[in-house]
Amino acid sequence: MAAIALEMKNITKEFPGVKALDQVNFQVKQGEIHALCGENGAGKSTLMKVLSGLYPSDSFEGDIYIDGKQKEFQHIKDAERAGIAIIYQELALVRQMQVSENLFLGNEPKRFGIIQWDQVNRESERWLREVGLRGIKPDRITGTLGIGQQQLVEIAKALSKNAKILILDEPTAALTEHEVEILLNILKEFRSRGVTCIYISHKLNEVFDIADTITVLRDGQTVATKPASELSEDQVISLMVGREIKERFPRAEATPGRTVLSVQNYTVWNKDMPDAQVVRDISFEARSGEILGIAGLMGSGRTELVMSLFGAYPGKAEGHVELDGKPVKFQNTGQAIRAGMALVSEDRKKDGLVLGMSIQNNLSMPSLGRLSPRGVIDENREVKEAWHYHHSLRVKAPSVETIVGTLSGGNQQKVVIGKWLMTEPKVLILDEPTRGIDVGAKFEIYTIMNELVKKGVAIIMISSELPEVLGMSHRILVLGEGRKRGEFHYSEATQERIMTAATGGK
Amino acid sequence: MSAQSNPQVTKPEPARKIVWFKMDIRAYSMIAALVAIWVLFSFMSDAFLTPRNLSNLFLQMSVTAILAVGMVLVIVAGQIDLSVGSILGFTGGVAAILNVWHDWNTIPVIIATVLLGAVIGFVQGWWVAYRAVPAFIVTLGGMLIYRGLLLMVSNSQTVAPLDPSLRYVGQEYVTPLLGYVLAAVAIVFVIFNMLRKRSARRKYGFELAPFMIDTSKVVLTAMLIMVFVIVMNVYQGIPVPFIIVIVLALLFTFIAKNTVFGRQVYALGGNPEAARLSGINIKRRLLLVFVLNGTLAAIAGIIYTSRLNAGTTSAGEMMELDAIAACVIGGTSLMGGAGTIFGAVIGALVMGSLDNGMSIMNLPSYWQFIVKGSILILAVWVDIYSRQRKKHA
Repeated sequence: MAAIALEMKNITKEFPGVKALDQVNFQVKQGEIHALCGENGAGKSTLMKVLSGLYPSDSFEGDIYIDGKQKEFQHIKDAERAGIAIIYQELALVRQMQVSENLFLGNEPKRFGIIQWDQVNRESERWLREVGLRGIKPDRITGTLGIGQQQLVEIAKALSKNAKILILDEPTAALTEHEVEILLNILKEFRSRGVTCIYISHKLNEVFDIADTITVLRDGQTVATKPASELSEDQVISLMVGREIKERFPRAEATPGRTVLSVQNYTVWNKDMPDAQVVRDISFEARSGEILGIAGLMGSGRTELVMSLFGAYPGKAEGHVELDGKPVKFQNTGQAIRAGMALVSEDRKKDGLVLGMSIQNNLSMPSLGRLSPRGVIDENREVKEAWHYHHSLRVKAPSVETIVGTLSGGNQQKVVIGKWLMTEPKVLILDEPTRGIDVGAKFEIYTIMNELVKKGVAIIMISSELPEVLGMSHRILVLGEGRKRGEFHYSEATQERIMTAATGGK
Repeated sequence: MSAQSNPQVTKPEPARKIVWFKMDIRAYSMIAALVAIWVLFSFMSDAFLTPRNLSNLFLQMSVTAILAVGMVLVIVAGQIDLSVGSILGFTGGVAAILNVWHDWNTIPVIIATVLLGAVIGFVQGWWVAYRAVPAFIVTLGGMLIYRGLLLMVSNSQTVAPLDPSLRYVGQEYVTPLLGYVLAAVAIVFVIFNMLRKRSARRKYGFELAPFMIDTSKVVLTAMLIMVFVIVMNVYQGIPVPFIIVIVLALLFTFIAKNTVFGRQVYALGGNPEAARLSGINIKRRLLLVFVLNGTLAAIAGIIYTSRLNAGTTSAGEMMELDAIAACVIGGTSLMGGAGTIFGAVIGALVMGSLDNGMSIMNLPSYWQFIVKGSILILAVWVDIYSRQRKKHA
């Protein structure tokens, strides 16, 4: 029986009106990878904030023991000193700085207040090797690294602070399959060296790949802590949502109708390097009443392709595009929207929502023209339509006047989708529609997609999660390095075939 | 969360909450701060809360208030305009030159000056929107350029005296009788507006506030209007510039709240990328924001020149800072995306009251700088503090 590295006993944390954590017990063994699962709002982040010292020890009830010793944290620094390091979903690196500067930010080796740069660089190289970033020079500008590599830099930073317990909060949300693989392998290597790791993720395949033990939280309570070998994915899901979900991907019957969007020999040039092509000579069709999935690794040109079709990509584009049989070429998003296109972008916080505005104002943003005779907004009509989508998408918020920034990820995503539904599009493009949202909300978004398909909307869905592409699409387009690498009917598609096509194998 | 229930609409009836008091707590706290400042000054000086001084105060704050009204949209759009003081000086100077040296009549002078302001705003907006030069730089440059142009066209002289009819805009008062007529018009407008809103809500099947509540709100507003007019009439009547402030404030509140353009400016200030992807032509909106701001600066310039009865080379110096401070005190976020015209006018009134009160008390002018600066920092701190509290609640 391994020693207990961390124990959290009877943690109760209340916010005005809500009990976020209710007598939670959480026990992590020395040297294991312990997965923490739960829907958004189940209390995972709150529990980790308690552990990291973000909430001072007098703001909650319960005790924290590390290596058997009781600890009270007033600040994040206290928790860091006790060997706890959190790597958040949103990277906390200064993009403009060198990798080495980031590694030792706030922790620089100093002599008489002067930073010892030789030591910084020497140690940086060592830590980068530790996390498998052998080829990266410590003086690289952090922003020029890929997201996956930045994540590893962040882990190296935590290790350099002598972290004994590493907490990763959704570390793979923005990573490609390949990067995920690298990350998971490094975590496994850490385990063999005795580093304890708490792994928070919605992606259950990853959880089952690496976790030794799984704890499930639901509504602020611990529902189960079990060895991973004794659980199945379906069991974890039903523990998380508190009921059985029969099918994770409720694919609707396809009723392929006429071709709505036809793209022929489409090529897009890189906005930063006008000589490089990001999309090369791609042709495809999207039909009404059908979901067209687009799979491909990050950098395969899938986002650039749809952004360019939507008139939102600054790089030059060439090719023949027809919408409803009429040739079109959109110079800006306004034209695309008026023609019946809608695009739910990849990053909802950055590109999709005005977080400080109400649900209602976000929903109506692209439809204002329709709601406003002579440029004056008919507010009553706006409210009425906003409530309609608020209800039909089941956004969990008391009113359409709720500020969007206060909603959970899944509800924010519903608002983004609702905003585009309000434009009554013929073609709805969804770029990573379920990224970073929990199982229950995912299912609801799939249901919404099915409703739309039934109404005859043509849906194009980009996703990095292969099970999702396989489970929801009717046809699957695979891109790689900007080229079309294959097109499959869902009945003939498998993860292997798609990955082989995407990576350029045979 | 029910993953399997079908996505049928369960509660289809649209609800629109009755908003008892549309203004938020922030608006109330600003008014409270203003009242506190007035009470404080009235204790320290008997001369403060007199009709004569209040009339003076509204006259003095008008120029800042007009600049602030334009500045709100600029700041909400996530930009800044440091040049409004110089635009005010330049356009005001041009107005004086046209009137005094070239004998233009009042109406053509006003039209030409306002157009000049719009053109200046267009040029600056073009640099910001279509050439992507940061507004801070464009308008910092503009601040120097328009001051220089003023010195050039006026040969560094004071241009005076103006034609009497041009002085009306900045110095005069409407006759008491006209004041009452205007008050009546305003009250009729308030009543009409209330009825129109009720009928629109009824048309959409929304819940209606009890008629008594709406009526008492109207009565309250009408009483405020009457008290204001009576107090002003005890002295010489409502100052003309203040009437211009009210008209502009109402117009721009309408633009900000009720037009597509206004809503889009708030959206692009809150998140430019989301706004662009929602089909909003950001560049064109930014351009228009600067055109409006330049136009308002020119209107302020005419009023300022008219009040001084002269075009001077130092007109408008530091006024951009007063305007920005008024916006910020009034709750406009320098991060963009949030702010109200009403708040900015109250902010201008706060700044004006501080100036006025301290000069009545014969405090040395350095105190005015120190106190105004401190109030600015304090106001922003209160704002940030209350927002943080809200976030943690």
